[in-house]
Amino acid sequence: MQWEIVIGLEVHTQLSTQSKIFSGASTAYGAQPNTQACAVDIALPGVLPVLNYGAVERAIKFGLAVGAKINSPSIFARKNYFYPDLPKGYQISQFELPVVEGGSIKIQVGETEKIVRLTRAHLEEDAGKSLHEDFHGMSGIDLNRAGTPLLEIVSEPDMRSSAEAVAYAKALHTLVRWIGICDGNMQEGSFRCDANVSVRPRGAERLGTRCEIKNLNSFRFLEKAIDFEARRQIEILEDGGSITQETRLYDANRDETRTMRSKEDAHDYRYFPDPDLLPLEISKEWIERVEVMLPELPEARHNRYVEDFGLSSYDASVLIATREMADYFENTVKQLPAQVKLCANWVMGEVSGRLNKEGIEIAQCPVSPAQLAELLTRISDGTISGKSAKDVFDSMWQGEHDGSADAIIAAKGLKQISDDSEIEKLIDEVLAAHSQQVTDYRSGKEKAFNSLVGQIMKASRGKANPGQVNTILKKKLLE
Amino acid sequence: MTLSLDDVKRVANLARIEISEDEAQQALMQLSGIFDLIEQMQTVDTADIEPMSHAQDMIQRLREDVVTESDQHMLFQSIAPQVEAGLYLVPKVIE
Amino acid sequence: MLNASLKQLAAQLAERKISSLELTKAFLKRIKALNQDLNAFITLNEEMSLAQAQIADKMIASGQAYPLTGIPVAQKDIFCAKGWLTTCGSKMLSNFISPYDATVIERFNQVGAVNIGKTNMDEFAMGSSNETSYYGSVKNPWDIAAVPGGSSGGSACAVAARMAPAATATDTGGSIRQPAALCGISGIKPTYGLVSRYGMIAFASSLDQAGPMAKSAEDLAFLLNVMAGFDARDSTSLQREPEDYACDLEKPLGQLRIGLPKEYFAKGMSNDVASAVEAAIAEYRKLGATIVEISLPNTGLAIPVYYVLAPAEASSNLSRFDGVRYGYRAAQYTDLEDMYKKTRTQGFGAEVKRRILIGTYVLSHGYYDAYYLQAQKLRRLIASDFTEAFKQCDVIMGPTSPAVAFNFGEKSNDPIQMYLSDIYTSAANLAGLPGMSIPVGFGDKNRPVGLHIIGNYFREAQMLNIAHQYQQVTDWHLRAPARLPEA
Repeated sequence: MQWEIVIGLEVHTQLSTQSKIFSGASTAYGAQPNTQACAVDIALPGVLPVLNYGAVERAIKFGLAVGAKINSPSIFARKNYFYPDLPKGYQISQFELPVVEGGSIKIQVGETEKIVRLTRAHLEEDAGKSLHEDFHGMSGIDLNRAGTPLLEIVSEPDMRSSAEAVAYAKALHTLVRWIGICDGNMQEGSFRCDANVSVRPRGAERLGTRCEIKNLNSFRFLEKAIDFEARRQIEILEDGGSITQETRLYDANRDETRTMRSKEDAHDYRYFPDPDLLPLEISKEWIERVEVMLPELPEARHNRYVEDFGLSSYDASVLIATREMADYFENTVKQLPAQVKLCANWVMGEVSGRLNKEGIEIAQCPVSPAQLAELLTRISDGTISGKSAKDVFDSMWQGEHDGSADAIIAAKGLKQISDDSEIEKLIDEVLAAHSQQVTDYRSGKEKAFNSLVGQIMKASRGKANPGQVNTILKKKLLE
Repeated sequence: MTLSLDDVKRVANLARIEISEDEAQQALMQLSGIFDLIEQMQTVDTADIEPMSHAQDMIQRLREDVVTESDQHMLFQSIAPQVEAGLYLVPKVIE
Repeated sequence: MLNASLKQLAAQLAERKISSLELTKAFLKRIKALNQDLNAFITLNEEMSLAQAQIADKMIASGQAYPLTGIPVAQKDIFCAKGWLTTCGSKMLSNFISPYDATVIERFNQVGAVNIGKTNMDEFAMGSSNETSYYGSVKNPWDIAAVPGGSSGGSACAVAARMAPAATATDTGGSIRQPAALCGISGIKPTYGLVSRYGMIAFASSLDQAGPMAKSAEDLAFLLNVMAGFDARDSTSLQREPEDYACDLEKPLGQLRIGLPKEYFAKGMSNDVASAVEAAIAEYRKLGATIVEISLPNTGLAIPVYYVLAPAEASSNLSRFDGVRYGYRAAQYTDLEDMYKKTRTQGFGAEVKRRILIGTYVLSHGYYDAYYLQAQKLRRLIASDFTEAFKQCDVIMGPTSPAVAFNFGEKSNDPIQMYLSDIYTSAANLAGLPGMSIPVGFGDKNRPVGLHIIGNYFREAQMLNIAHQYQQVTDWHLRAPARLPEA
C-alpha cells in the first residue's frame, strides 16, 4: 500500500522580552540555577500574575506578519497537570480565544511552493528545567526558565513529508527572527518544535491517529524523528496493528521515538479561564502602531529581489535567510546599483563563507557593506581582477589599512596594468625572449599562444589585464 | 449525571490524592449528595447567557517589560524541603 | 483599654497616655490568658510584635503617626507575613515561614500598625465552623460549645474576646460575615478588587476578597482605609481614587431605601434570628429608612453555583502544594508520583481534599460545560438579580446566617448542611458586591445574631454609614462575652 504522511507542527518560540510573561524576573539565558526565579515564578502561596506588555506586542507582530486575525478579547486559561518543573501545578496558556488565529506561511521545497496554514498562535509561560544529573538518585529543578514568554505557533496538518516540515520550520525560524520577536537560538531552546505525525493510505480522506513527538531541537532531528515515526506507524499498520494516540519523545542518540510517561494526564488538562487574569483587549490603535513597526517581510523582499533585481528565486531565498543578511546585501547594492548580481554573488559566496568559517553572525562582520561595495567597484571598473579581489577581501577582513580596498590595492600593488603601451612593451620583451614559440604559433601550433599568454602574465606578476593581453598579442603575432 | 466509583478514583489520581477503596466509597457517597445539590443548576435554561468569569467587568492591565526582581534564591530555598547546588531536589524525573 | 474603639486608642496613643509597646503587651497578655481555651491564634511572635510597637512609638514621637499607628491588629493566617509562620490553617504549610509580605500586611506595616499574631482559620479558608483547621478549632467566646463560624473564626473570636482591637479576614462565600455574625462583631467584605489579593493565599480567586473585622462600623472604616487601594501586583485590583471610608459615618440616613428580599425571609431562617433581624429593621424605620420588598429570584442557585466555581478554582490553586519548593513533604515515598500523592494526601485535611475532588471533577473532560460553564452563566443571572434590585433600593438587608452558632460536631459530618450556612452570603461573592454583618442581638442560648447588609458596588462608605448610625442608637456592638474575664 502507498502511505501518505501527514504532519502538523507546534513550534514554541521564546519571545525576546527582558522580563518574564507574568513577573518582573529577568529572562536572560545562562544564569546560576534559580537566581532568576522570583516569588511569582516559584509559585509561592499568594502570588499573582500580571501580563507583560512586550510579550503581547510580539504576539501581535507575529499575527500581522502571517496575515492572521488578532483576537480581542483574548483569554488566558490554566492548563492543569503535575510536573516538578511546573511550579503552580498549572501552566498559564490560552485555550479558547488565543491572541492570534489563522494566517499562513509560504514554503518552498525544491521548485515547488506551498502554503502552510496556521491554526493559531497563543501566548503561554515556559516551564522550568529538570536536570537529570544524579543527585543521590534525585533530579534537580531549575526554575529560571519558568515564566519565560512563549508564543506557541500551531500549524494545520498541511505538510506531507519531513522535507516540507523542515522547510516550514525554517521559514518560521527566519520569520520570527526577521520581525525581532525571538532570537531563534535552538541550542538555548528559544525555538522548539513538536511534530504531530500520522499516516494514512494515499488517497484516504480521514486522518490517521496521530502521535506528538517532543524534544526536536534541531532541523536535522525534526527530519529524522518524523521519518522514524512515520516508518514506525506504517510498520504497525502494515502488521495489522493500530496507533495509540500519545506523546512521544525523540531520542537523538538512538534515533528513535518512545512513549513519554510524564504525559499520561495529557488527555485531561482541565482547561478553564484563569481567574487571576482578566480578558486581554487589543485595540485597533495598538494593532496599527505595531503594523507601522513591522519591517518589510521576507516574502515581499524575495519577490522584490526577483522582480526588481532580476535575481533567481534561489538566490533571493539565500539572501533572505536572515534580515541582517538581506539588509547587508541591500546596503551593498545601494552603493553599486548597476552590479546587483556581483553584489549577490559576493554576499552569498565570499562573505557568507567567511562568516561560516569564523562562526560569527553577519552583524559582527568586520567588512561593512560600504567597504564591500568599494571593493566590488574596483572589480567592475577593471582596476583589479576577481582573483586579486579575494586577496583584498582577506586583507579587509583582517582590518589592514583601515579596511580600505583602494589602500590595500595600492599597498599590495595589485592594480591591473591596463595601459596599452605598457602591455605592448611587456609583450615585446616576452616575444623577443621566446622566438621559438612565436615560430611554432606562426607555423600553426595554436597551443603556443596560451604558453605565451602565461609568460606575459608571469612577467607582469599577474597584473596585466588578461583581455588586453589577448587582443594585443594576437595583433602582434599577425604582424 | 451520576458519579461512579471509577470517577472518584480517576479524579483523585488527576489531583494526586491517594484514596483507598473504603475512602473512595465514602467519598462517592458524600460527593453524590453534593452533586444532587449542584444538579439544581441543570433546571435553568442558560442558552443565551454569557458566562461570567470575573466579579468585575474589567480588562487586563499590562506590565511594562522591565526587570524588577532580584535574586532571592537563598531566602526562598531556606524553606525548601530539599535543595542542593541551588536546585530543588525531587525524586528522579522520568520523561 | 481592651474595650476601647480604634479612635479612642489612637487618641490615647497620640496624647502619649499609653505607648504602643504597653498596648501591645496588654493585648499579648490577654491573648496568652485566653488562647488556651479559645484557640483563636495559631502563631504569636512576641519579639516581632514588640519590635513593631517600638517602631510605632518612634513614629508617634516624631509626629509621623497615621490613624492606626501603634494599634495591634490580628492577622488571619491566610496572609503571608515575612518572617512569620503562615499556615493557612493547614498541615501543608505547617513549616512555611513566609519570605515575603502580602500587600495587606505591607499596608498595615507602612502605617505602623502592629501585627499581634496570626489567627486560626478553617484549612485554606474552606469551612464555616473552623472545624477544618489543622491547628484545632476556635471556640466561640460566647459559648465554648459553639463554633465561631468560619473560615475567619480565629479573627472573629479574637475581636469578640477582646484579644485584639481589630483583625483582618477574608471572605470567599461568607468567611468574614458569617463568623462576625456568630461571634457578635462587625465585619465587611468590600467590593471584589478593592483590597489586593497579592500575598493572600488563594482559595477561589474570582471570589476571594479580604476585609476587616472589628467591634464597630467606625473601626471598620479606619481599617478599610488602610487595606483598600490599588495594587499593580494584582491584575484584578481596581484602579480608583482613594476614598475615606470614615467620611460619611455621621451622615443621617435620610431617604434610605432598604430592600428586603422576599426569598431571604421565606423559609429556612430560624425564629430567633428572624426576630432579631426584624427588630433591627424596625430600628432602621425609626431612623427614617423606608422598607421595600424586593426579589432575588435566583437566590436558591447561589449555593450550587458557588460549590461548582469555588472548588474548581481551588482545585487548581492548591496544585502548587506539591512538596517541591516549600511546605510539607511526606517523609517516605517511592518515586515522584508517590511523593506528590503522599505529600498531598497527608498535608491536606478531609474537607480540602473533598473540595479538590469536586473541583477536579467539574473541570474534567466531558463535564466542563454541564458544570463549570453552566455555573458561570448562572453566576451572571445571580449578579443581574442584584442589578435589578438596586434599581429599587439603596441597600439590601437580611440575616447573615440562617441560625445562631451551632455546636461543634453538629454539622461536621454533613457537608451539605455545613455548605448551607453560606446561603445568604455567597451570592454577594458571586456578584462581587460588598457585604457586611453587624451584631443586632441574641438568639437561642444567648448566641449572637448578625444583620447582613449588601450594598451596591463601591458603596462601602454608605454601608458603613448605615451600620454606624444603627450602632449610635444601639449597643449590641459593645457587648462582650460575660463568661470571659473582664477586659
